[in-house]
Amino acid sequence: MKLLVCIKQVPDTTEIKIDPVTKTLVRDGVPAIMNPDDKGGLEFALQLKDKFGAEVTVITMGLPQADLILREAFAMGADKAILLTDRKLGGADTLATSKALAGAARMLDWDLVIAGRQAIDGDTAQVGPEMAEHLGIPQISYVADVQYDDKAKKFTVKKETEDGYQILEFQGKALLTCLASAVKPRYMSVGGIVEAYDKEVEIWGADRIDVPETELGLKGSPTKVFKSFTKELKQPGQIHEVDAEEAVELIVAKLKEKHII
Amino acid sequence: MDFSEYKDIYVFAEQRDGKIQSVALELIGKARELSKVTGEKVVAILAGCNVASQAGTLIEYGADKVVVIDDKNLETYVTEQYTQAVYQAVTKFKPSILMYGATTIGRDLAPRIAARLGTGLTADCTKLDITEDTHELQMTRPAFGGNLMATIMCPNHRPQMSTVRPGVMPKSEPDKSRKGEVVEFKPTFDQSKFIVKLVKNVKEKKNTVDISEAKILVSGGRGVGCKEGFEKLQGLATVLGGEVSSSRAMVDAGVMPHDRQVGQTGKTVRPSVYFALGISGAIQHLAGMEESDCIIAVNKDKFAPIFSVADLGIVCDLNKVVPALTERLKKEIKK
Repeated sequence: MKLLVCIKQVPDTTEIKIDPVTKTLVRDGVPAIMNPDDKGGLEFALQLKDKFGAEVTVITMGLPQADLILREAFAMGADKAILLTDRKLGGADTLATSKALAGAARMLDWDLVIAGRQAIDGDTAQVGPEMAEHLGIPQISYVADVQYDDKAKKFTVKKETEDGYQILEFQGKALLTCLASAVKPRYMSVGGIVEAYDKEVEIWGADRIDVPETELGLKGSPTKVFKSFTKELKQPGQIHEVDAEEAVELIVAKLKEKHII
Repeated sequence: MDFSEYKDIYVFAEQRDGKIQSVALELIGKARELSKVTGEKVVAILAGCNVASQAGTLIEYGADKVVVIDDKNLETYVTEQYTQAVYQAVTKFKPSILMYGATTIGRDLAPRIAARLGTGLTADCTKLDITEDTHELQMTRPAFGGNLMATIMCPNHRPQMSTVRPGVMPKSEPDKSRKGEVVEFKPTFDQSKFIVKLVKNVKEKKNTVDISEAKILVSGGRGVGCKEGFEKLQGLATVLGGEVSSSRAMVDAGVMPHDRQVGQTGKTVRPSVYFALGISGAIQHLAGMEESDCIIAVNKDKFAPIFSVADLGIVCDLNKVVPALTERLKKEIKK
C-alpha cells in the first residue's frame, strides 16, 4: 500500500496576538508547527503502515523552511518527503493550491491520499476536496477513523457529522481529510530524530508538475483578497466594580431594560 | 466568461431527513437583503428525496423561486451524488452568487463543486456585502484563528461562491402569503462514480442542544472551573429559559462537551442575552459571541478582554453573583 500524506506548516494561531497600537498581527516569535489536522492524518497513515506495511510519502507546498515539518514527519515514521516550493506558486488561493498539489500527486504512485480537514491559519477545509476533484477520485471529509480490510481491499471510514457519524466504505483510490481530535499523533522517536536529518527531502519546483502556469499561484487564483483588517470591537458599556448584591441589581435592571424579565 | 449569462442569488437549501436546516433560512434572509441592491431573484436549490413539499417553507422565508431536485439517489448526503446534482443545476441555471451553510455538508460539497466549475470559493463567511455599482459580492471571513478579518472577492469567475457560518445571518420573519415559483430539475446521474457507499448514518443523542438557537446563553469559562460550577450556571439558565455554553478552555479540560463550545473552533452564537461568566475573552471566543444583542460579563479581573465587548461589565466573584442572581430572578419571575 502506498500512502500520500499532505501536510502544511502553519503559525500556531493560538500564539498570535494583535499589536494594540498598529492593529496588525504580531508574527515575531510565533512558532511554526505542523498543522494539527494534518498531523492527525499522518498518524492514521502511520497506523496503516504499522498494520499493513504501507509506504508513507509526505508532501507539503510552502516556503523552503517548511522542510522542518517534513523532518518531523520523517522522525514520526514517514518514508519519503517532497517539498513543493516555487515563487510561481506564491499567493495561491485554495483552488490554485489544490491544482498544484493534485499536479504533484499525479507524478507519484499512491493508493490513498490523506490530508487534514483544515489548516488553522485559514480554516477553509477546501484544499482536500478540491484536490480530490482534480484527481477524479472521491473524498471523505471529517474522518475520525480508518480501517482497512486487506483481503477485500476495502477501506471503512468513520466520518463525523454535527449530530453523530457516518460509516462509509470504498474500494480503490480516494482522498480522506482527517480530524486531529480523533487520534493522538505519536511522538517523534529518538532514532527517528537522528535519522530525519540524514534522509533526503526532494525539492520540487513548478516545472516538476504538469499544470499550466496560468492555473498556479496568484495568477491561477479566482479569489482575491480585497482587504484585511483587525476587528473593530464594539463600544464597551460600563464596568462596575461592585459587591454581589449590587451586581444582582445591575443585572436585573439590564434584563428588564432588554425585556427579558 | 460572459457575466451577463449569470444572474440571481442562489442558496443551497440544506435539509437533513427532509428537515430544512436553520442555516438555509438564514441564507435566504441574507440573499433577500442582497437582492434589494441588485434587483435580482432569490432562488433556493432544494435537493433530497421526498422533499418537494418543503419548497413552500423556503418561499415563506423569502425565496422567489425554488429549484427542487427530488431523487432517490439524494436520500442521505453523500458527496458525489450531491455534487453531480447541484453541479448540473448550477451549469443549467447559472447563478451569479451561490451560498451554502458552513456545515459538515456545505463544507464538503461546496469545494467539490468549486473545483468542478473552476470558480472561487470563500469559506466560513461572517459578513456578506454587495457593491452598489458592479454587484460584486464582498465576502468577509475570519482568518488566523479569528485574529484577522479578510474581505475576499471573486472578480473574474462566476458563480461567486461562499459558505456562511450558521447562526451569523438573521432569518426573515416567515410570511405565509408570499408567492414563489417551484421548478423541478432532473439531473442525469453517472452511477459509475458512486464509489463511496454509505453503510450507516448514526444519530447520537448526546443530549444535543443547539446552543446557536438559544435566546439566552449562560456561558462559563475558566473562572467557573468545574462541573459543580456549571451546575450552578445551569440553575441560572433554567430560570431564564436559556442554555449553558462554555469557552474552549472548559471543553479542552473535559468539563463541557464540544457542542456547547462558543468561539472560533466552536459555534457562533447571537442570543438576546449572553452571560460571560469567568470568561477572560480570548479573541477566538469573542469571534463566536460578539454579535449577541446584549453581553453581560462577570469576571474578577477588571482587565479581562471580555469587558471590551460587554454591554454590562461586573467586576466581582461569579460564585457569589450567580447564586444570588438565580434566587432573585426566581422571585422576579414569580411576580
